[in-house]
Amino acid sequence: MALLVIENLHIFYGHVHALKGISLAVQEGEILALLGANGAGKTTTLRAVSGLVPPRTGRIVMKGKDIRGMMAHDIVRLGVAHAPEGRRVFATLTVEENLDLGGYTRGRDKKGLEESKKQVFQLFPRLRERRRQLAGTLSGGEQQMLSIGRALMADPKLLLLDEPSLGLAPLLVKDIFQTIREINKRGVTILLVEQNARVALKLAHRGVVLETGNLVLAGTARELLNDERVKKAYLGEK
Amino acid sequence: MQQFFQQLVNGLTIGSIYALVALGYTMVYGILKMINFAHGELFMIGSFLAFTLIVSVGLMNIIPSPMVGLLIVFLFVACLVAILGVLLERTAYRPLRRSTRLAPLVSALGASIFLQNAIMLIYGGGYLVFPENLVPNINWNIGGVNIGLMRVLILFLSLSLMAALYLLVQKTRLGAAMRACSLDHDTARLMGINVDRIIALVFIIGPALGAIAGIMVGLYYRQINFTMGWAYGLRAFTAAILGGIGNIPGAMVGGLLLGVFETIGAGYVSAAWKDAISFLILILILILRPTGLLGERVAEKV
Repeated sequence: MALLVIENLHIFYGHVHALKGISLAVQEGEILALLGANGAGKTTTLRAVSGLVPPRTGRIVMKGKDIRGMMAHDIVRLGVAHAPEGRRVFATLTVEENLDLGGYTRGRDKKGLEESKKQVFQLFPRLRERRRQLAGTLSGGEQQMLSIGRALMADPKLLLLDEPSLGLAPLLVKDIFQTIREINKRGVTILLVEQNARVALKLAHRGVVLETGNLVLAGTARELLNDERVKKAYLGEK
Repeated sequence: MQQFFQQLVNGLTIGSIYALVALGYTMVYGILKMINFAHGELFMIGSFLAFTLIVSVGLMNIIPSPMVGLLIVFLFVACLVAILGVLLERTAYRPLRRSTRLAPLVSALGASIFLQNAIMLIYGGGYLVFPENLVPNINWNIGGVNIGLMRVLILFLSLSLMAALYLLVQKTRLGAAMRACSLDHDTARLMGINVDRIIALVFIIGPALGAIAGIMVGLYYRQINFTMGWAYGLRAFTAAILGGIGNIPGAMVGGLLLGVFETIGAGYVSAAWKDAISFLILILILILRPTGLLGERVAEKV
């Protein structure tokens, strides 16, 4: 069943036509990778789903409900959590305060929040060690863990991940992607934006490719890995 | 030495008033990165509304206990000015939120002139005088330092309000949401925080504190005038810069320090130099340490 459906989405930044009629569906339980070069519209798609940028036309349907035009803070309550591009942790707040803010919408559910925090610390033990430290003092990799952990605190159905590999050493990327797979196995559907197509397709079940605001290719991860155009443009093979 | 301690007590009293007003500047700057130049006017309106309640309505004659009467004045005026603060944000600032940084600043200056003139038209341009002895004239003499009940009350009230605000911001979920909004609006939204509501909250707390400071100035100095928002606003703004604009404990420390510098300067040099000393401090801080005493200690890794 489709958890999230995007239909004919058009977005403009001023006169720039950033998304030119994108349609896609994220099935419940899967990892869908959104691939493409810089400026293809990947981040814009995620920001539209979260309600941070208003679409000109089109539909965004979450669990059967049209969420286009809803306020970003209300969309979180429908089970959509977003770990944004560049991690965007709250630098002058402690790691634990960052995590608590991730669970902001679950205010009174003390027990559930404790449980979520336990799970986050289990996925990212480093965060437990550094829980009293200011988030701005963490390394890039730790900040990425915090950004994902913070999103998980909302107990999401759908997790939007924007470039989790950005600026991280290859070994660390492997670690983080391993954890993303684990999160998915625990029942969280994931929409993953990545420039690093190879690692993304190794992790994802399916993928779609964006080029300058258009959706140009869609298929299973295996199909895309073997697709000549993808190989040439995104995997660096000749 | 005796004179020094006397000036210190006087300085802390006036400084705690500066600090309350400075909090309004610093909280709005923290969340919207703009200077609310109309904040001094909200402070001034607090004074005038208290005057209306006490003198025109004669509230103190209706209510037998002076302390209960004053409490009602403080609460009622703080609420009214908080409503005015929220209205100001809605009408003068929110429509310009997505515009250039200069636009809300100009709008704030416009709002300031508007409010000042409105008060002048309603109350007239001259000085209004609060009645004597609203707070019983009790004085203590501690080692030659004269401390009146009024000063004790001002210090006690402002310090408790500051402590309460500090706890709210540092220890509660709402406070964490406020800090998150001041760092990054979009990411705060992704946490499910209603940023507009947090901004409204800042425009409730800041003006309410400003109004309380305005009432205290009315009770302490007894003379009020429609231009007082400018004079006090500029000092409080200096205090906010001194402590580090956007930093809440900074505004508290900055206010108290500025009050002490000013009175000690006035006591040892000359009262005529009071303003010069304040602005010399502002200039020195801007040149030597633009982030203020407590501003931005944490380096952010990118």
